[in-house]
Amino acid sequence: MIKALIGKKIGMTQLFNEEGMIVPVTIIKAGPCTVVTKKNKQTDGYNAVQLGFEEVKSYRVKKPILGKFTKNNISPLKVLKEFRDSDEGDLKIGDTIDVSVFNEAKSVSISGITKGKGYQGVVKRWGFSGGRDTHGSMFHRAPGSIGQSSFPSKVFKGLKMPGHMGNNKCTVLNLKVVKIDAAENLLYVKGSVPGAGNSILYIYAADESGRKLK
Amino acid sequence: MNIVEKIENSSLKTGTPVFKSGDTVKVYQKIKEGDKERVQVFEGVVIARKGSGLRSSFTVRKNSYGVGVEKTFLVNSPLIDKIELLYRGKVRKAKLYYLRKKKGKDTKIERLDMINNNN
Repeated sequence: MIKALIGKKIGMTQLFNEEGMIVPVTIIKAGPCTVVTKKNKQTDGYNAVQLGFEEVKSYRVKKPILGKFTKNNISPLKVLKEFRDSDEGDLKIGDTIDVSVFNEAKSVSISGITKGKGYQGVVKRWGFSGGRDTHGSMFHRAPGSIGQSSFPSKVFKGLKMPGHMGNNKCTVLNLKVVKIDAAENLLYVKGSVPGAGNSILYIYAADESGRKLK
Repeated sequence: MNIVEKIENSSLKTGTPVFKSGDTVKVYQKIKEGDKERVQVFEGVVIARKGSGLRSSFTVRKNSYGVGVEKTFLVNSPLIDKIELLYRGKVRKAKLYYLRKKKGKDTKIERLDMINNNN
């Protein structure tokens, strides 16, 4: 059975564990997801299962995508995501999978889009120390020198400079599963996950090293 | 009510007495030593209450053989067996950190009334 789901970040809180210690947890609404498409090596060149998450009204979906749903009698879904080379088992199009796929998983790896920070300087973006604020210092948060002189006569690629920060894909490996609430489709993991509340997350069951399980 | 609030409220403890800064309380704390578990009692004046809901905590201060000792507990922690309210105190501040600088008689807090220990 496929060991991945699409989810939505709800928020963070703290809970007590069995030893009475407090644990920071993120609450995620994981699934239920519907199998929308199945791809195989013969026709598509690779094996994949495309899952859909969160029902929407049909007029909110673009017509070419809507055809996928009406053809298979699935209610329209907001988010679609392919999970490649996963163990499909006997999944059929239209089947729903829920958070119980993580029942045996001790930990999960979670991908999402981080919060956008806008255009940021080098101090916030790359952790430069900056200069002294007082005592006549005329160097505060500027990047400083970005290279040498006539040799090499260029700025090296990949140099740490100001620019847009955040709003990029980020995967957090090996988050411990604290609790699974199958009735409410909630997954509790220890620690934080990328993005703001209500942002879409892709959740993969992971082994001890955080690698995704197929 | 949103989902996070619902989850927090479901793990709140019941039966905790209402107490605030200046009150004298007895805290029964479970302590694990290997496989054994025992209960340690800490009695003193509540000098601060912090936070709300599941995260709320309180700090108890007492004088132990001439040394001031403070301990902070989480109100809803499962490690706290019981909290007993002994006396209510009359204080004018929410945070009694000034007690740390006081000695002897100055650390005494006027009692409001006596309360039965049966709760």
